[in-house]
Amino acid sequence: MSNNKNSVRKLIQGNEACALAAIYSGCRFFGGYPITPSTEIAEGLARMLPKYGGRFIQMEDEIGSMAAVVGASIAGVKSMTATSGPGYSLMQENIGYAYMTETPCVIVNVQRGGPSTGLPTKVSQSDTMQARWGTHGDYTAIAVAPASVRECFEQTVKAFNFAERFRTPVTILTDEVIGHMRETIVLPEEGELEVIDRERPDVPTEWYHHFEITPSLISPMAGYGDGYRFHVTGLTHDQEGFPTAKPVEIQQKLDKLRNKIMRFADELVQLETEMTEDARICVIAYGIAARAARQAVHMAREKRIHAGLIRPITIWPFPDEQIREHLSHARKVLVAELNMGQLVNEIRRIAPRGCKVEQLNRYDGEVLNPVEIFKKILEVK
Amino acid sequence: MPGTVQASDVIHHYLRVKKNFPNVWCPGCGIGIVMGSIIRAINKLEYRKNNIAIVSGIGCSSRLPVYCDFNTLHTTHGRAIGFATGVKLARPNLKVIVVTGDGDAMAIGGNHFIHACRRNIDITTIMINNQIYGMTGGQCSPATPSKSFATTAPYGNVENNFDAAALAKGAGATYVARGTVYHVQQLDKLIIGALEKKGFSLIEAVSNCHTYYGRMNKEGDAVAMLKWMKSHAMPIKAAKSLPPEKLEGKFLTGVLWDIEKPEFCDEYEKIIQRFQKEERD
Repeated sequence: MSNNKNSVRKLIQGNEACALAAIYSGCRFFGGYPITPSTEIAEGLARMLPKYGGRFIQMEDEIGSMAAVVGASIAGVKSMTATSGPGYSLMQENIGYAYMTETPCVIVNVQRGGPSTGLPTKVSQSDTMQARWGTHGDYTAIAVAPASVRECFEQTVKAFNFAERFRTPVTILTDEVIGHMRETIVLPEEGELEVIDRERPDVPTEWYHHFEITPSLISPMAGYGDGYRFHVTGLTHDQEGFPTAKPVEIQQKLDKLRNKIMRFADELVQLETEMTEDARICVIAYGIAARAARQAVHMAREKRIHAGLIRPITIWPFPDEQIREHLSHARKVLVAELNMGQLVNEIRRIAPRGCKVEQLNRYDGEVLNPVEIFKKILEVK
Repeated sequence: MPGTVQASDVIHHYLRVKKNFPNVWCPGCGIGIVMGSIIRAINKLEYRKNNIAIVSGIGCSSRLPVYCDFNTLHTTHGRAIGFATGVKLARPNLKVIVVTGDGDAMAIGGNHFIHACRRNIDITTIMINNQIYGMTGGQCSPATPSKSFATTAPYGNVENNFDAAALAKGAGATYVARGTVYHVQQLDKLIIGALEKKGFSLIEAVSNCHTYYGRMNKEGDAVAMLKWMKSHAMPIKAAKSLPPEKLEGKFLTGVLWDIEKPEFCDEYEKIIQRFQKEERD
C-alpha cells in the first residue's frame, strides 16, 4: 500500500477496515442485523454510507437482510452485509438465491464459536465448511480469509471484485480476533487498488438475456430501471430467466454456476508461503491461526527443523494444485485450525503420497499460540 | 380508457404473451383477475413499464410477475418484502409492488410484513387471500378460518386466523384496503389508491381457491365462491350506518385505513442530502 507522505495512516480494527474497504470498493448498500462480533461493520457503514449517497438499513432479521442485499444488487447497486455464524446460517436461504440468480454481493462472516449461539465473544474458525456448503443444492462458492487488519481492507476490495466479475456471492471469513484486533494501516488512495464493476449489457433491449451463456460464462448484468426489463427467479431457469424443466437447460445452468468460477480458479487462488522450498514439514493454517503458525515455523527453523508455512488466503475454491506443489518435498503436513478439523479434510484429499497429514485443533474459544504449534511440530516431525 | 394504450389491448400490452402462456393457475382462479386489476391500474396511472418492479415470494399468487412485462423478481418463500425493500432503497424512483399470498405474507413472511408496515416504506403489497396454501396442495394457512378444513386440518382448523388488514394497520401501514375478485372495478380503484399513496400500502384481495378450499369445505365451484364473496362483502361506508347484527358473518371492503406519515426512503434521502451538503460546505 501507499508510502506517500499524504497517505492516511489509521489505527483501526479489522471490522472497521472491512467497512472502509466497502466504501472504497463502491459498495452503496448495506442491509444487516446486529450480531457480535461483527457489529462494527454495520455501525461504520451506517455512519459512512449516506455521505457517499449510499443507503443503510437495519433489517428485522438476517433472512430479511440477505433478501434486501440481493434486491439492491439486482437493482444495480453494489451491496453487502456482515454477520457471524448464527446469522450466516439464517442468511443461507437467500445466499442460495443469490447463487442461483447470479447476483453479486459480499457477506462478511466474523466467525465465533458454535453450534447455535455458542461463543458470541470468542474466536473460532468453525464456519469454514459452512462458507462452502452452507446452502442447499449444487454450486461453487468463493471465500477469502484475511489474517490482518490490512488484509481485511485488501480482501474486502478483492471480495467485491470477485463478486462483480463472476456475478456471485462472496464470503469474507474473518473471526472475532481479527475483527476486533487493532493495527495501524495506511489507507490506499483512490485508484491504488483495482476496483472492478459488473459488466453491463450494451445490446438493444430486445436482445438482452439476463442469464445469457457467453463464451466466458459471465453474463452482462443490467439493473432494474436501466431500461432492460427482465425476470429473475430462484427456480432453475433458462437464459432469459424464465423457469425451465428441460433436462438440458437444467444441467447447463448448474454447469454454468460451477464452471464460471472453476475455469478461473487459478486467478482466484491467493496463497502465501514461507520457506516451503526445502520444508520437510509444512504447517497449513488460515486467518488468525496462520499468524501463530508463522511464528511457530520460525521457531522451528531456529531449531534447524525444516519447517514451512502455507497460508491460503482464498479458502474456496480450495487451492488444490498450488498447495500440492508446495507439499512436493514434505513428509509431513500439519493443519492448524480453530475447529475440530475442517480444512484438514481438504488436505487429506490432496496430500501427495508419502506425505502424512497431522492436525492440531483448538476449539475452546481461545486462539492457537505459537508455542503450541511449535510443540506439535516437534512431536510429529 | 384514459391510459396510454387502447382499451382492447391493455392486458396484452403489459403481458409477456409470447413466452409464458398458458399460465399455471387452475381454471376459474381469482389470481388472474387480480393480475388484470394491477395492469389496468398501472395503465390508468400511465406508469412506464421500465419504472415498475414487481416482487413476489412463493405460491400460486407469487407466479404472477412472470407473466407481466415489468422488472420482475420471483424470490424465496415469504421474503418478497425483504427483497422489495432492497430494490426500493437501491432505486427509490422505482414503483415497487409486492404480490403475495396469505400463507406467504402472514406465516413465513409475517416478520418482514409487520416491519415494512412499521418503517412505512413506499411499497404496495397486494395480498391475494384465498385462505389456503394452493401450490403445495391445500394445507392450512394463517388465514384459514377456524373450523374450516384443510389437508393439514382434516378434523377442522383449531387455530384462529389473522386479519391481515387489522395487522397492517396496527403495525403502522398508511393505506389499507380490502377488495374481492368479484368486485373487480372496486379492486382496480383500490389498487390505484394504493399505488398513488406514498408509504406502505396493503391491498387484501379476497380470492377463491375452489380447487382446494372450495372442495374441502363444500363451498362449490369458482362461480359459487364468487357469489359467496358478493353476498358476504360489505362496503365500509354502508357498514357504518348498520347495526352490529346486520354485520354478522360479513367482511368489510373498501379503504379501511388511510393516513399520512413520513415515508422511509424520503426520510433517509434527507440524511443523504444533509451530509452531502455538509461535505460541500
